[in-house]
Amino acid sequence: MDKIQLGEFIKSLDSDLEIKEGKQFTEVTVMPSKLHSLASQLKEKEETLFDFLDCITGVDYGHDLGVIYHLRSTKYEHMVVLKTRTADRDFPEFDSVSDIWEAADLYEREAFDLLGIRFTDHPDLRRLFLDDSWGFPLRKDYVDNNIITW
Amino acid sequence: MAIKGMKYEEFGDNESLELLRQSGTNVLLTTIDDVINWGRKNSLWPLTFATSCCGIEMMQTGAPKHDFARFGMEVYRASPRQADVIVVAGTIVKKMAPVLKRLYDQMSEPKYVVAMGACTITGGPFALHSYSVVKGVEQIIPVDVYVPGCPPRPQALLYGMLQLQRLIETQTIESRKKRNVSHSY
Repeated sequence: MDKIQLGEFIKSLDSDLEIKEGKQFTEVTVMPSKLHSLASQLKEKEETLFDFLDCITGVDYGHDLGVIYHLRSTKYEHMVVLKTRTADRDFPEFDSVSDIWEAADLYEREAFDLLGIRFTDHPDLRRLFLDDSWGFPLRKDYVDNNIITW
Repeated sequence: MAIKGMKYEEFGDNESLELLRQSGTNVLLTTIDDVINWGRKNSLWPLTFATSCCGIEMMQTGAPKHDFARFGMEVYRASPRQADVIVVAGTIVKKMAPVLKRLYDQMSEPKYVVAMGACTITGGPFALHSYSVVKGVEQIIPVDVYVPGCPPRPQALLYGMLQLQRLIETQTIESRKKRNVSHSY
């Protein structure tokens, strides 16, 4: 499938999804509540077969916190980008996709470590690099007086 | 007085070296110091310690082309108990800082520190906006010689090590004690 067909197919799975074309990859914006079901459908469906999770990126948009998933199919060689975000900065939470793709385990731990985004049903959500006393350094409102800026 | 193969005039920073030399003692002690310093400076054993790209340059300095075994620094020791000098080669992050401090504490006297590269001197390219990098290794351990560069070429590290040898030459028993007191972190 090319990018347009892929977008149309994903739209047919759930009409609430917001599809954005015209970039390098087809971008799908999804509600956090529907993230897990969409991800498992994209992996299982014979037409898409996204069996490989390229990357998970945690983002601080300033007010919202979000997660971006890059999915790839090793059979069809096509890719899609899933985006989701939440306005809850104190307890941002998304469903873990580590039961769908094993690789999500460490990516989600990294996002938790650096941005404080929690993932429900994650098998082992500990910090990855930093110790527990550290804040979440990639957040825009992270305060550290030792940081030198211009 | 002279380092093998390089004349006194060819070194930079001779003024501060002369300043260090002026803290003289009596003739007998000076002679003993000279003998001790000669032994120390010609058998400087570095610790195998490298945290990033400066480490690659340090390995190259030890490899046949540059070969700092010529100056008596041939044996990289895997244990800090047997090492005389620690070449801090590479970025020190806050998680690494306690480890470096412990390694330094485990080294036996006399011990020397060479800060190699921009990261260990000021934090280098990570000095701005970084939450994880220590801005200068001198915040943790006392530094004897700074070798700037990113990373420094093997020649620069060799020059730094020769300067360290010259620094060791100027030491007396008294000045060593004073240094340790003023550097007790």
